[in-house]
Amino acid sequence: MSSIVVQFLNGLAGASTLFLIAVGLSLIFGVTRIVNFAHGSLYMLGIYIAYSAVGAFGAAGALGFWGAILAAALAVGLFGALVEVLILRRIYQAPELFQLLATFALVLMVKDFVLWAWGPEDLLGPRAPGLDGAVAILGQRFPEYDLFMIAVGPVVLGLLWLLLNRTRWGTLVRAATQDREMVGALGVNQKWLFTGVFALGAFLAGLGGALQVPREPAQLFLDLTAIADAFVIVVVGGMGSIPGAFLAALIIGEVKAFCIGLGNVTLLGVEVSFSKLTLVIEFIVMAIVLVVRPWGLLGRPQAAQRAAPTHIEPPLRAALRGLAAGAAVLALALAALPLTGAAYTVVLMTDILIFALFAASLHFIMGPAGMVSFGHAAYFGLGAYGAGLVLLRAGAPMEVALAAGPLAAALGAAVFGWFCVRLAGVYFAMLTLAFAQIGWSVVFQWDSFTGGSNGLVGVWPAAWLSSKSAFYLFVLVLCGAGLAALRRILFSPFGYALRAGRDSPLRCDAIGIDIKRLQWAAFTLVGAFAGTAGALYAFSKGSLSPDLMAIPRSVDALVMVLLGGVQTLAGPAVGAAAFTWLQDTIARNTEYWQSLLGATILIIVLAFPQGIVGSLARLGTRAEAE
Amino acid sequence: MGNRRMFLAAAAACALAAGFAAPAAAQGTIKIGEVNSYKRFPAFLEPYKKGWELGVEEVNAAGGVLGRKLEFVSRDDGGNQGDAVRLAEELLSREGVSFLTGTFASNIGLAVSDFAKQKKVLFIAAEPLTDKIVWDNGNRYTFRLRPSTYMQTAMLIPDAAKLKQKRWAIVYPNYEYGQSATAAFKKLLKEKQPDVEFVTEQAPPLGKIDAGAVVQAIADAKPDAIFSSLFGPDLANFVRQGNLRGLFKDRPVFNLLAGEPEYLDPLKEETPNGWYVTGYPWYGISTPEHKKFLDAYQKRHNDYPRLGSVVGYTLVKTVAAAIRKAGSLDTEKLIAAMKGLEVDSPFGKMTYRALDHQSTMGAYVGQIGLRGGKGVMTSFRYEPGEKHLPPDAEIRKMRPAD
Repeated sequence: MSSIVVQFLNGLAGASTLFLIAVGLSLIFGVTRIVNFAHGSLYMLGIYIAYSAVGAFGAAGALGFWGAILAAALAVGLFGALVEVLILRRIYQAPELFQLLATFALVLMVKDFVLWAWGPEDLLGPRAPGLDGAVAILGQRFPEYDLFMIAVGPVVLGLLWLLLNRTRWGTLVRAATQDREMVGALGVNQKWLFTGVFALGAFLAGLGGALQVPREPAQLFLDLTAIADAFVIVVVGGMGSIPGAFLAALIIGEVKAFCIGLGNVTLLGVEVSFSKLTLVIEFIVMAIVLVVRPWGLLGRPQAAQRAAPTHIEPPLRAALRGLAAGAAVLALALAALPLTGAAYTVVLMTDILIFALFAASLHFIMGPAGMVSFGHAAYFGLGAYGAGLVLLRAGAPMEVALAAGPLAAALGAAVFGWFCVRLAGVYFAMLTLAFAQIGWSVVFQWDSFTGGSNGLVGVWPAAWLSSKSAFYLFVLVLCGAGLAALRRILFSPFGYALRAGRDSPLRCDAIGIDIKRLQWAAFTLVGAFAGTAGALYAFSKGSLSPDLMAIPRSVDALVMVLLGGVQTLAGPAVGAAAFTWLQDTIARNTEYWQSLLGATILIIVLAFPQGIVGSLARLGTRAEAE
Repeated sequence: MGNRRMFLAAAAACALAAGFAAPAAAQGTIKIGEVNSYKRFPAFLEPYKKGWELGVEEVNAAGGVLGRKLEFVSRDDGGNQGDAVRLAEELLSREGVSFLTGTFASNIGLAVSDFAKQKKVLFIAAEPLTDKIVWDNGNRYTFRLRPSTYMQTAMLIPDAAKLKQKRWAIVYPNYEYGQSATAAFKKLLKEKQPDVEFVTEQAPPLGKIDAGAVVQAIADAKPDAIFSSLFGPDLANFVRQGNLRGLFKDRPVFNLLAGEPEYLDPLKEETPNGWYVTGYPWYGISTPEHKKFLDAYQKRHNDYPRLGSVVGYTLVKTVAAAIRKAGSLDTEKLIAAMKGLEVDSPFGKMTYRALDHQSTMGAYVGQIGLRGGKGVMTSFRYEPGEKHLPPDAEIRKMRPAD
């Protein structure tokens, strides 16, 4: 009994932490519609700055300690304001989600900055003065600081409620959450509203980090851990809903604590480790919540945004003769590449071609079909595992295994997609992410079949493809055909219907197009293409591991599509090439390559707010018009 | 319009086809490829890099090997397995390295090992702990430097068995290293003490432990003793919550790796007293070979060495010794040289076993405590690696024939 109570309290303390991480993200998304990938980095900055500040002022007793915590949060808030003014403000007119690219660049830069400024060692701060012991609760010792954390969550929730409901500024924020164009039309200076909200969100993230100093060490992975948790909480609660975020944090905090408390349990003669389930439990909760309640627990259907004139996509134009000729020249040049004898360039180009197909398959649903997936790596990984398992476990020849990859991926996409297409917008994106994580956790845990965290080795191509040049040409043919097929499909009636579904669901319904079914078909189809890319990737490396399905790979695909330009057809391929080549070149030649890569992406973001191809094409059209 | 696009495409094609001309492998130096996840695991790998830098300088100051200077060409794979394989490929084809070394995470170590087998080049895995790299997935091209998960777990068994505790709780990071450590510990302790009971097993995700709840769950199982393979932030979280909640009071705790400065130093005042650990007490080892290394390292880097430093340094010593013994850079000759190769490490003489390509490097085993506000190993002894390996027959059964 006493242990159940204590585990409940543990869950509450965890919930407060999660709430603080997430609430700022929810606020920022609600008003600015920015999916802020750097939110976890702000949290990480909070804990690092607080660690140093506590070291500097902590000797001054309780006042110095709490002052240091507050100062750290304020510093992060200020940093957030700077980021909004200097970077994000310049790209609000870009296509939806493009800001995500800028925040991704920030993640890379902040990480390297923290490594440079604080060094690689984990930094465990001192305990909080006055709250450094434990109290007895039903005979169990419970840390005083955790009791304090339990109180912090509701207090912050109350203060935010007062701020949003009892001040003029709060009223404007709520109005902007519901309809920001109308707020703008009524003469409110949106710029400062956005800056203020971003700073407040950053402050809350910083506070969440700073308050962790007495609980856990500052370390370089906190950004990724925190951002995943934050997204889950925000979406389960309902985007933009602060009480929702609190409720979600509470549920996930408690579910986690009780999974750990249950430990290993024998159910119907089978031993189930609830402790191992903590690997993925928050994503399971998210998937269940989203399937049952498509807008989260306390969220409301997203209000349709009135598209600003720049947001309207120009219709796709069929290929011109010039383009076809250009593509033929490019294909010939690529086919001639092995003749130059640059062995490594061949290897790098193999990667680039594979990622081009992967990115194009994401672009197909993200751009023309309007379904942004945050979990596209699931199908890349399923393709790789499908091929690898058929090769190694069934002993099939490589050619058969290669065909099994896309089949496995399409099957997975059909199952997951059936649930996902019922949702829209960010909820759709997050459900794809949840399924990707669930898939990842299965391959991660299933040692006897998938090789667990070590993955599988010995996935090499057949003898006739064993030379790098031969394999490269093989990849060139398959990926080239894949890219051409994706493009062709977009100009088929199926493609037109998809685009119609994106632009005007109501009219589509009226003329008898079943959009959900089309979207489901599209999702399954691109699953097969991503699976082809994944299977080729596995054979090019000879090995595969759960990393292939993990969040960073999904993010890479998003970055490639956005970098190239989501509103163009050549964009994903160009983005994949640019990103892979940049990463390879910078990582090989510099020590702080992450920050340099981030800075480069940031420059591209500011210089090409439509993506590389998008902006170039726009320049081209303008030149023609003149 | 058509012309412009055609021009652009042609220009792009030229740029691609021309590529970036491959620099010819510089004559005169012997190039060794090194791939690691520097940005992903900097706490261990920054000292490791300092270690091999020192090693390379020493070898070259003494005239290099085969009359040529040694050069490490290092690459950061960002913790990504596919990138590691690609960079290994780059090192071989563009940089013209003689063979490959490095890697940290087990999955990357295994992937590069399999790549080396495919390419028929030598690979010396410096860091990965996974038993599989020399046993289940062993191949004739791969040798491993560090004592494996199994070996380090086995080193803790004598002390654990001596205590005659019956009810054990286990906590481990949920991936291959933690799983293997747990399996080895259970098997080996059961052999010595058949009546032992394992009352609870907690497997928090790596880097994401909910320490309060885990500590409570372990306390609820009322164990007599605890075996943990946590490290890094998970270990610090677990220690703080355990201290606050009194989990470690009157309970012996065994924690793999917790005596390594990389993971012990961050604990500072929280350092628990009397835990049994494997580690590296650089401040207390008085052998002449370690003294020499310590002085040189501190002089060169103005910092004290971590375990990673020893691994990096010994890697270079291995590379130099292997090339000298082989008298050539031919892969087959290098493999023959690596089998049974003797290397002078800061921990004394060690050998790369011909049987399974595992080095006999050992580890320091002992207890930790707080001294002057810092965690240190208060008592320790060196456990040579060769004493903690399974019988040869068992290894032959696990390891595929070459």
